Amino acid sequence: MYIIVVGGGEAGYYIAKTLLNGGHEVLVIERDTQRCNVIEENLGNIVIRDDGCEAATLEAVGTNRADVLIAITGDDEDNMVSCQVAKHKFNVPRTIARLKNPKHESLFRKLGVNVTVSSTNLVLANIKHELPDSPLHSLLTIKGGSLEVVNVIIPPDSSVSGKLLCELALPEESIICLITSKGGSAQIPKPTSVLAAEDEIVAITTPENKDPLQNALTGSQS
Amino acid sequence: MKVIIMGCGRVGGRLATLLDAEGHKVTIIDVDSYSFRWLPDTDTFKGTALVGNGLDEDTLIKAGIENTDVFISTTQGDNRNVMAAQIAKHIFNVPRVVSRIYDPIREEMYHKLGIETTSPTKQGADILKKLIEG
Repeated sequence: MYIIVVGGGEAGYYIAKTLLNGGHEVLVIERDTQRCNVIEENLGNIVIRDDGCEAATLEAVGTNRADVLIAITGDDEDNMVSCQVAKHKFNVPRTIARLKNPKHESLFRKLGVNVTVSSTNLVLANIKHELPDSPLHSLLTIKGGSLEVVNVIIPPDSSVSGKLLCELALPEESIICLITSKGGSAQIPKPTSVLAAEDEIVAITTPENKDPLQNALTGSQS
Repeated sequence: MKVIIMGCGRVGGRLATLLDAEGHKVTIIDVDSYSFRWLPDTDTFKGTALVGNGLDEDTLIKAGIENTDVFISTTQGDNRNVMAAQIAKHIFNVPRVVSRIYDPIREEMYHKLGIETTSPTKQGADILKKLIEG
């Protein structure tokens, strides 16, 4: 595939590198001369120094035959314009934009940007459950981020302790896969499994249901 | 009529002054309060000068975008202008949205996409050309 990456910062650089290793034809458009030099030294002659929002630039690099355009500069407005020019002037079938302000996501979607990646939301989602006092940790994100494998440790003073699994109001679209007791014995969960404090639960859930799942398993209210 | 102007440079400031003098309800937004030096003193200017980023929905709501008649973006950045214009049009359904875009190619494209646009580059060059041609 021919993939154009607009923005040659750290993120752009590593995306280009990964895509090149995957055998794709990659072109990076970057405004800053120094960044261009870094990319050229490390990845070869795959970068041009120009403005990836300018229609003239995109024309010169053959955007009309690009399969994907990834706009990953540090500015939401630049990423949006780059994707729009690619889509409306050059009919690029797939445009992907990074955005910083999560509130811009709905606008980008409305305007036809195919995929948006909110770096702020990603960081938030990742650190929220990594704080030391969080009972829920993400173990694995399954392809595309639509499901996650998480583990939850039932707190010592939880009201869930002593209850049957079937008594819990678990959110839909999450499933308990494994219960490991404090002593280390693991069991496949049954509706009649009894939960105890400090049990470790492994579950599969949608990202949206992480909080409700945590609340159901820890017995906290909201 | 209620008008929101984003970007208080020479053009934005002057436009705000003109509309305010005609009795329109003007709110002008800029990220830097120093930009408001382009506005007349507060005895003359009756509108509102708001410090904030016009790409931020909270700022726009504070500026009253939910019941404005017109939104005009006149910052120095083309991309900022069209992004703000599209937020005004598609998120807040502002009846009339006008955007200044220096780059004539982008101007043409956004015009086709339904944003009212003007390119001072194109117009300025045309005017100067006419002048020297007599």
